[in-house]
Amino acid sequence: MTDALYLAWRYLAYHKVKTAILVTSITLIVFLPVGLRVLVRQSEEQLTARAEATPLLVGAKGSPLELALNSLYFEGDVPETMRYAQAVRVDTSGLALAIPLYVRFEAQGHPIVGTTLEYFQFRGLQVASGTGLTMLGDCVLGARVAEALDVGPGDRVVSSPESVFDLAGVYPLGMHVRGVLDFSDSPDDRAIFVDLKTAWVIEGFVHGHADLSAPEARGQVLQRDSTNVVGNASVVQYQEITAENIEEFHFHGDQAEYPITAVIAVPPDQRARTILRGRYSSPDDLVQIVEPTSVIDELLDAVLTVQTFVIAAVAVVGVSTLATAILVFMLSLRLRHREIETMRKIGGSRASIGWVMVSEIVVVIVVGVVLAGGLTVLTSRFGSAVIRAVIF
Amino acid sequence: MITVESLEFRYAEGDFFLRIPELAIEEGVNVAFIGPSGSGKTTLLNLIAGISLPRAGRIVTNDVELTLLDDGARRNFRIRNIGLVFQEFELLEYLTVLDNILLPYRINPAMRLDQTVRGRATRLAEGVGIGDKLSRYATKLSQGEKQRVAVCRALLPDPTIILADEPTGNLDPNNKGRVLDILFEYAARAGATLVTVTHDHELVGRFGRTVDFRDFHQSARGGVGV
Repeated sequence: MTDALYLAWRYLAYHKVKTAILVTSITLIVFLPVGLRVLVRQSEEQLTARAEATPLLVGAKGSPLELALNSLYFEGDVPETMRYAQAVRVDTSGLALAIPLYVRFEAQGHPIVGTTLEYFQFRGLQVASGTGLTMLGDCVLGARVAEALDVGPGDRVVSSPESVFDLAGVYPLGMHVRGVLDFSDSPDDRAIFVDLKTAWVIEGFVHGHADLSAPEARGQVLQRDSTNVVGNASVVQYQEITAENIEEFHFHGDQAEYPITAVIAVPPDQRARTILRGRYSSPDDLVQIVEPTSVIDELLDAVLTVQTFVIAAVAVVGVSTLATAILVFMLSLRLRHREIETMRKIGGSRASIGWVMVSEIVVVIVVGVVLAGGLTVLTSRFGSAVIRAVIF
Repeated sequence: MITVESLEFRYAEGDFFLRIPELAIEEGVNVAFIGPSGSGKTTLLNLIAGISLPRAGRIVTNDVELTLLDDGARRNFRIRNIGLVFQEFELLEYLTVLDNILLPYRINPAMRLDQTVRGRATRLAEGVGIGDKLSRYATKLSQGEKQRVAVCRALLPDPTIILADEPTGNLDPNNKGRVLDILFEYAARAGATLVTVTHDHELVGRFGRTVDFRDFHQSARGGVGV
């Protein structure tokens, strides 16, 4: 048996290309379905963990999936917005802590998350360097954002305009980086956090410009009456909030009407949770309350169905690859007919010659399976990190 | 001693027919099988080696009647007692020179590969001038070197009979002489019987005995051997 394995090994080592192709085929046949299952399972765990850590989400009526993806992972389309008053509604209900979210804008491809300080506590986020949010116009970066943009405390990050062709739209705002968060292996790593009011500044609901009531601003006034001053086009809005101009920033309109995309509702117990859910059961209500776990479970059910199809497809490819491998082995046997005949003539035993031929297949299969096993172990060990890097 | 009595053989297909009423090859002699192509020289080598079985008759090699042995026993007998040399060398391309020489010890559990055998293989290779090429693949050798490797493979188990089927057929004159020298030297030293098929009449004179297959009458319809 040892001699047969040795001869098989010499044969495979001599025919390197053929061996590499066969081993790769066997490795892929074994690894693809197994590795895919491992990756899918880990993805499920990652997605589910975030959903399970978020008790309830309140958002404008529409797609619950869109609401969950935007609020949990800062991904996908921006859901319909709702009034900030809805956050106040949750808060004043006394049934849950309300953490408002406004996830609409981006800075160099990274989502800007407008929220309150409660969010950091709720998610257990720690500042690794610098400080937290202290004033309007500040931002705190997720760890991966800081890495990707190569910025840190004291630097500046500029929000991206929504459309370069929309001159009347959202203007870029320069934000001061106050701190960088520690790695949390969550979507928070790739987000830029600002105070909710800063998000509204980006949108233009809060803005700052020179005091038009001052005598030196006379040239910038279009119309003035006893209660109102209207500036002309020469009035320049501040694109950055500084200690010098922060007093010039002011709200227009009722803050309760300002937009937010979601409210994370954190009820203290199951009873409060149930009552709160009941408060949003009216079909006339303009907002919905969803349990992220239910939404993500539905999503995963759909993924599972897709996975079944993918595995079926992989199985079909696997069978055809296996058939090709068998064909290669059979052709190999035919090519080795003269060698087999020589061994027989010399006096090689039937079993030994058979083992030499079988060992070629056994070695290829064993090496292929071992490699597939190794890849599966690597996938299960590092798959989570890869998944986090890809989906978070 | 090789004894053939009342031998009849034919292949499953074709009309080839070999009949040898009697043939005795004494122990330790060098015999050349000569005759035209298709006259049955290689066939008789295969019968003596127990590779093929006759339809009728007896073949006794080293006091063992091969026709009475089953396939496994014949293989064991062959690998222990008979060294085979082929015209086309029949080396395994994926093995080095040393591994090719050691091949008989890897393909039959009746043979045990140990350091003694390895040492003998190395000395054998050195004796025929290929000691510095042990780690080379057989494909990287000249024709003469390949045949010397094949001869080493045949001689390693210390056979008492060497059956060589046109061993010099693919060699230049220098190598022809050298390979035959190696075979003759071994046979003389070990007291082994050397049976060689050859078409080369220049070499026939070196053999102690010649068997001309034209003396055997062959007929698909059962001619009588002379």
